[in-house]
Amino acid sequence: MAKYNHSVLLDSSKCKGCTHCLKRCPTEAIRIRNGHAQISATSCIDCGECIRLCPYNAKTVICDKLEAIESFRYKIALPPPSLYGQFDHLDDIDYLLQGLRDYGFDEVFEVAQAAEIVSGYTRRYLRRPDVVKPAISSACPAITHLIEQRFPNLIDNVIPLLPPVDVAAKMAREKALAEHPELKSEDIGICFISPCPAKVSYLKNEMAKGRSNVDCVVSMGDMYFSLVNIMSRAIEPEINTQTGIIGVSWASSGGEASALFNDRYLAADGIENVIRVLENIDNGSFPELEFIELNACSGGCVGGVLTVENAFIAKARLHTVRHYLPVSRNWNVAGDAKADISIPDNLFMSEPLEYSPPGSLADNMMDAFRKRARIQEIAERLPALDCGSCGSPTCLAFAMDIVNGNATEDECIVKMRDRMHELLGGSDHDSP
Amino acid sequence: MSDALKFEYKISGENFASAGEATMRIKKELRSLGFTPALIRRVSIAMYEGEINMVIHAGGGVATVLVYPECVEITLADQGPGIADISLAMQEGYTTAPDAIRSFGFGAGMGLPNMKKYTDDMRIESELNKGTTVYMKINA
Repeated sequence: MAKYNHSVLLDSSKCKGCTHCLKRCPTEAIRIRNGHAQISATSCIDCGECIRLCPYNAKTVICDKLEAIESFRYKIALPPPSLYGQFDHLDDIDYLLQGLRDYGFDEVFEVAQAAEIVSGYTRRYLRRPDVVKPAISSACPAITHLIEQRFPNLIDNVIPLLPPVDVAAKMAREKALAEHPELKSEDIGICFISPCPAKVSYLKNEMAKGRSNVDCVVSMGDMYFSLVNIMSRAIEPEINTQTGIIGVSWASSGGEASALFNDRYLAADGIENVIRVLENIDNGSFPELEFIELNACSGGCVGGVLTVENAFIAKARLHTVRHYLPVSRNWNVAGDAKADISIPDNLFMSEPLEYSPPGSLADNMMDAFRKRARIQEIAERLPALDCGSCGSPTCLAFAMDIVNGNATEDECIVKMRDRMHELLGGSDHDSP
Repeated sequence: MSDALKFEYKISGENFASAGEATMRIKKELRSLGFTPALIRRVSIAMYEGEINMVIHAGGGVATVLVYPECVEITLADQGPGIADISLAMQEGYTTAPDAIRSFGFGAGMGLPNMKKYTDDMRIESELNKGTTVYMKINA
């Protein structure tokens, strides 16, 4: 797989070298070396778990600053539906959309609108005869990366449709060019307001490959604090929401699935829960379901680490926001709705997912076997406490790090303590 | 054949939530050793089925996995009730689960036939009230 850049960054001046992130990283991507955390670029899936856990706020997300959009002549905001759950007393999305206009955006294109379109095409996709079931949502980039790393046999289950943010950006650009013939494509700046580092990384990498319609990605937290100062109930909004219940529902776990009008689905959220579900599907022990919605964050996108509000409060607020909305405002045009399984080519991912195991021991199997045998030898000498004090998440990972030349056995403090006892008199403290 | 890597996992019969743990660990080993997704799939389906069987029927046991570059050998040993008639147990749809359990739970009688289907060699040794040992081999 081509190099993937990550948005989760460590501020080593704040990192104390404690073991919180080390122990809880779902992909064992973190090591503590020289007193600070290091994140492995090949293992990290940008789920944001370490940001959530760090007691010293030493992990941050590299986003664009809000000013990044200023250089563009025509500025378009892409607010995702999770943003709608951040504001107290917001019962009408229009006030929020107007706030984005007043902030300085020329146009606002709701990601929820594109989500309704993706829902429509997902319904069609599931009716195709050759689809591998259960079909797994591709909307959460942390999950698609996890599948690429750990579940090679489930890659074909992933729905190869673009996530709503890409579809929204594409539609927003086409709309702006059609409505403003005086604009050139490079005059248009499209700015996504991200709830999580996974989407920041995903879009940044797509941009680097020159195939994204998004031009900058800002943090939802940053945008929130600018918007609360601008949004006002005093003036009637000049802009109206173009989304319905389905689009808004994508913000929380189960929303994407409920839009399929099909009871045979499962929605799991929280990275550890998701891993359990994927393991079950992978082992062939799974009920016959049509669709699996998986979100790395607990609660769904409202649980992203760049959001401001508690995920469950945000979810409750979305009930109010949805109250007066129609089911959907973006139905796919179809002649014979049931029989139509067509999906435009440009809504598919440009590249299929690729199996890329990060923990490969060696390029060839003989070397890998030799290495693994040495790891076993060392691991048997270790205390199996998995305390993390050596800077590796488990004793087994430590043994692997030793064999790979990234650690030495005397970094194990349990073994060091035993050696100290030996030197200080040689007697076992249990003996009389 | 070169030396095997040996992995041993204790499978608890008391904790249903931990069923699948050994399969998860062996999958991770096989990925890091560079085995193909196709082999990993067969190992995971066969081993998970066996692991669940040990939890449900036998109160747990021990899974020993020998990994060679050319094959994976899984031995699942328990000290459960044993299987009265192995050839009957190998038939699709044969089950000892009572109707009540079958209608809402497990026991479709596909466990052992499925393990056979995904492996290249499978042998069962069993003695009533002593236990069962299932040996499976999957060629790479």
